[in-house]
Amino acid sequence: MKTAISIKQLCKTYDNGFEALRGISLEVEQGDFFALLGPNGAGKSTTIGVISTLVNRSSGDVEVFGRNVDAHVYETKLDFGVVPQEVNFNLFERVEDIVITQAGYYGLPRSLAKERSDKYLKQLGLWDKRRDRSRSLSGGMKRRLMIARALVHEPRLLILDEPTAGVDIELRRSMWDFLIELNRQGTTIILTTHYLEEAEQLCRNIAIIDNGVIIENTSMKSLLAEIDSQVFVLDIPESELTRAVLCLEEFNARSLDDQSVEVTVERGGSVNSVIVRLEKVGIAVSSMRNKTNRLEQLFISKVSNNE
Amino acid sequence: MYANHKRIAFKTIVIKEIRRFSRIWVQTLVPPAITIALYFVIFGNLVGRRVGDMGGFQYMEFIVPGLIMMSVIQNSYSNVVSSFFSQKFQRSIEELLVSPVPNYVILSGFVVGGMARGLAVGVIVTALSLFFADIQIAHPLITVTVILLTSVVFSLAGFINAVYANSFDDISIVPTFVLTPLIYLGGVFYSTQMLPPFWQAISALNPIFYMVNTFRYGFLGSSDVDVIWAFIILGVFAVSLYGGCIWLLRHGTGIRF
Repeated sequence: MKTAISIKQLCKTYDNGFEALRGISLEVEQGDFFALLGPNGAGKSTTIGVISTLVNRSSGDVEVFGRNVDAHVYETKLDFGVVPQEVNFNLFERVEDIVITQAGYYGLPRSLAKERSDKYLKQLGLWDKRRDRSRSLSGGMKRRLMIARALVHEPRLLILDEPTAGVDIELRRSMWDFLIELNRQGTTIILTTHYLEEAEQLCRNIAIIDNGVIIENTSMKSLLAEIDSQVFVLDIPESELTRAVLCLEEFNARSLDDQSVEVTVERGGSVNSVIVRLEKVGIAVSSMRNKTNRLEQLFISKVSNNE
Repeated sequence: MYANHKRIAFKTIVIKEIRRFSRIWVQTLVPPAITIALYFVIFGNLVGRRVGDMGGFQYMEFIVPGLIMMSVIQNSYSNVVSSFFSQKFQRSIEELLVSPVPNYVILSGFVVGGMARGLAVGVIVTALSLFFADIQIAHPLITVTVILLTSVVFSLAGFINAVYANSFDDISIVPTFVLTPLIYLGGVFYSTQMLPPFWQAISALNPIFYMVNTFRYGFLGSSDVDVIWAFIILGVFAVSLYGGCIWLLRHGTGIRF
C-alpha cells in the first residue's frame, strides 16, 4: 500500500525551549481515515503544523505522497488541504469570496473556482449564506466554511484539526457523513479530535501522541481488541431488579437505580450470554448501552501509563 | 507551480488587496485627500502668497510635487503594513502560507496592492492640486518612474514593518516617528538650498529628500539633487528591501513558528 504521509524522526522545539515533538515517526496509507489523538499539548497541532508548513520543524523528514516537502514544496502543497483548529479566515469577507480566493491561490481559473465554490458550499449547507459576511456565521458554519475552503482545490489528503469542536451533535453527525463519503471517494483523511467516539466511528487507523512521542500506532480494530473488559448498563423492570442482580452474579452485577443493572463482560466474553441468562429466568431487557466509550477507556489507560 | 498558476495566484492577491482598501474607501482614500487639500489651502494658498517664490517657482507650484509624493509614500506604506499585519493578526495569512504560492508572488501581490493605493491617492491629490495650481509636467517619464519606484520601496518597507509587528502599536511607530519626520525634512515644503551647509549635508542623508526632489524635477525641471544619483539610491533601496523581504518570508520570521 502506498503512503499518503510519511514522517520520520520529527522533532520540534519552540523558541521558548518547549519540546513539542521528540522524534515521532508515522505513516498514513493512501485512502486511510486516520485518527491522531492525544491530550491537550501532546503535539497533535504541532504535527499538523509541520506537515502543512505553518510550523518550522527542528529536524526530521516529511513526505507527502512519496515526495519530500522540502524538495517538492509546490507539488506537495497541491496535494493537501488543511482545516485548522482556530478560525483563520477574514471575518469581513463574504463566504463565497473566501472560498474563491483560496482557489485562486492554487491557480484555479475564476470560472472553475466559482464552480467548485458552489459545489462545496452546497454540499456543506452554506449555499444560502454564500453572500453573507463570514463574521455573521455560527460556530458550526465557520467550521464548515473552513472545510469548503480546504477542499476547493480537491486535494488527495485532507487534514482536520478538531473539526467538530464546539459543534452540536446533529451537525457533528452530518459532518461525519460528509467526511465518510469524501473518504469513500478516495480522499485520505487525517483527523485530530477530542471526541473519542468520533475517532472510533470514523477512523480505521489510529496513533496516540503524548508529550511529543507516539505511544500507540495501530488499527482501530486491534486497539479496541486490547480492552480487558467492558461495562454495560441494562434497563429491566423494577420488580425484577433483585432477581436479575442475583442471576448475573458472575458478571459482577450491581444495581445502579430502581431500573438499571450494571454488568462487566470480560475480554472473550459476550454480552449475548448476559441477555440469554436473563431470558432463561424470564426477565426481559428493555434496553442496553455501553457505559463508557470503549476508546475512551483505552485512551485514558494508555496516557496514564505513559505518565 | 506552473507560470499560469502563479499568474492567477498573483492576480488573486492583487484583487484581494485592492478590494480591501476600496471597500473601506472612507478610511483609506478620503482622509489623505482632505489632509492634502488642507495643505494646499493653508500652506499653498494662505501662507504661500506671503512666502513668494521658492527655487524660482511660485510656492504653490513648488509644494505640489512634494505633497503628491508624501501621500504616495504614506499610503503605499500604510496599505501593506496594515493589510499584512491584520492578516497575521487574524491568522488568515495561513490561507496563503499553506498554499503553493511562491514567496516572491506573495510579496509581489502585497507590493502591487500597496502601489495601487499609493497611486490611487496620488491621482486624487494631483486632481485636487489642479484647483490650486497650474501644473505642467516637464519630464513625464522621470515623473512616472520615480513615483512607481518610490511606491515599490515604501510598500516593501511596510511589509518588513508588518512582519516584525506584534501589535497594532507596532505598525504606527515607524510611520509616526520615522516616516513623517523624514518626509517633512525631505524638502517637501522648502528648498534645502535655503539651509546652512551643515543642515544641507544632514538632509543629503535622508533618502526621501532624493525621491521628493527627483519627482519635483519631473514636474518642474528643477531639483536640489542629481537625478541619476537619486535613481541609483532608489534602485539600491528597492533591491535591498526586496531581498530582505524574501529572506524574511523564506525563514518564516513572524509568520511561521
